[in-house]
Amino acid sequence: MIAAIQPTNTWYLILAAVLFGIGTFGVMVRRNPLVMFMCIELMLNAVNLTFVTLATAINDINGQVVVFFVMVVAAAEVVVGLGIVVAIMRRRNGVTADDLTALKG
Amino acid sequence: MFAAGLSAPDIQWAQLVPLLVLLGGACVLLLSTLAGSLPRWVAPSLTIATTFAALVVSAVRWNELYYNKGSYLVADAIAEDRFSMFATIVILVAVVCAALLMSSHHDNANGDALENYALLLTSAIGAIVMVAANNLIVMFLGLEILSLSLYLMAASDRRREQSQEAGLKYFILGGFASAFLLYGIALVYGATGAISISGISERLAGELTTGNKDALLLIGIGLILVGLGFKVSAAPFQVWTPDVYEGAPTSVTSYMASAGKVAAFAALLRLFMSGLTTRVDDWRPVIWVLAALTIFVGSTMAVVQTNVKRMLAYSSISHAGFVLVGVEAASHRGSDGLASSMAYLAIYTMLVMGSFAILVTVAGQEDSATSLDSFKGLAQRRPILALAFSALLFAQAGVPFTSGFVAKFGVIKSAVEAESYAIAVVAMVGAVIGAFLYLRIMVSMWMEDPTNTEKVTIPRPAGVVIAASVAFALIVGFFPGLLLDAAKLVRFVPL
Repeated sequence: MIAAIQPTNTWYLILAAVLFGIGTFGVMVRRNPLVMFMCIELMLNAVNLTFVTLATAINDINGQVVVFFVMVVAAAEVVVGLGIVVAIMRRRNGVTADDLTALKG
Repeated sequence: MFAAGLSAPDIQWAQLVPLLVLLGGACVLLLSTLAGSLPRWVAPSLTIATTFAALVVSAVRWNELYYNKGSYLVADAIAEDRFSMFATIVILVAVVCAALLMSSHHDNANGDALENYALLLTSAIGAIVMVAANNLIVMFLGLEILSLSLYLMAASDRRREQSQEAGLKYFILGGFASAFLLYGIALVYGATGAISISGISERLAGELTTGNKDALLLIGIGLILVGLGFKVSAAPFQVWTPDVYEGAPTSVTSYMASAGKVAAFAALLRLFMSGLTTRVDDWRPVIWVLAALTIFVGSTMAVVQTNVKRMLAYSSISHAGFVLVGVEAASHRGSDGLASSMAYLAIYTMLVMGSFAILVTVAGQEDSATSLDSFKGLAQRRPILALAFSALLFAQAGVPFTSGFVAKFGVIKSAVEAESYAIAVVAMVGAVIGAFLYLRIMVSMWMEDPTNTEKVTIPRPAGVVIAASVAFALIVGFFPGLLLDAAKLVRFVPL
């Protein structure tokens, strides 16, 4: 019976791992810097979910406090990242990672 | 149910003075950008004065720590010990050099570089927090403060498109690596139930982790190594390094290559040598592989480059490999690997600063002439510069009677004493292959004819950095005891 199934901590951990995986895959596959950037945010939020779940599992408050710090860091990253993207956009219309070829690694 | 666990920590303001000084300096600099056009010398001198103040305070603290073993500050979030003070001093020296290089860079630019000095100071705060962090979250915050400032500094040269490209690449890949590091921290936290490094060490010593918890811990350690490996540009996470180092303004590159690496290595050393000592058998082989790969990739890929900035980027990768050899040695009981790694980082910082100072001088105001061609016949255009660069390149190659020899000999000796013979052999072979790169630059400078016979002018601040780093390379080369005795004192807060 579906109603009897209670989500346990493991479910959340697996969900977080899947979200983190999607984010990782996205950064590697997608070519638009903004989308890559969103994928990084997805990874950070997957980690947040992991932290909250683990904090509940071991009954410790540190893991929950961490989430606030990570949110602030993510917000700061948005500011810096969009700033750089805008600086590039001003020089040319439309950016994809494949266009950024002045430096070859 | 958690409310009882919350209480405001005591803050030991007196011991946080170096950080507060830097923060104050950064705020003053940011506000002064609002004041409109200031004379050009104001921002660099303010930065250097601030950093010197922090440097003096740190030196005094280092002296006091000679007599005690250090302590934890702010509810165990920050560790103040000889290890953190040593790394702090190295970072602050790097900041002074970077500020000097920036001021010679932007001599003719239209005052748009003021924010760069403020970012330099904030990134130094991040680096210092990182080397002293005893709490994984504080370490992550330090890393982000450092990295966010560096992303912007890398993208700050608005006249060169490569600079913005470097900034974006660094930003995307840096954010990617930070996410891995954070996920690793989360899993280690879940497995041990502690978020502070000393707490993790206590938990791991007290109980054996088994089953699921063990898996969580091992995956966590792996992910943390990925994140920090990226920051120190260890192979196979080094792909960003040449591109970002080439694209960023040369003065910023020098700072990324020195302070950024010192901070990441210090965080890595503290976490693994102080927090995860009981699991040393699990992570030592990983460090071994990283070290061997990094030295190999750094020395071989450098050979095919045609741009001196990229060559120095690959050489910095191979230097990171040598430090990892020291880390591997340090993981053995009774080894002096920690001291030799820290000595390596200090020596490497000065070498890298001097080399990039020469690059700043040769690259000129547009910061564009960094190809090997522009170094052709430098001995005819400005002999003193070619001589200084040769001294620094010899030192980087590890020729005896230079600081580089002391550094490389130190880590290899530690590895041999720890009976890690294989990695010591890899390091020696890597050093030989790496020497080819440095000789190639020297051949260009001394034996080929210049394409451009104009005399190179040396901006005075860059000249100071070059002179200081050549002097350091030779003095430490002839009297290694001066630095090694200090490095041998490096200790973590005892548990």
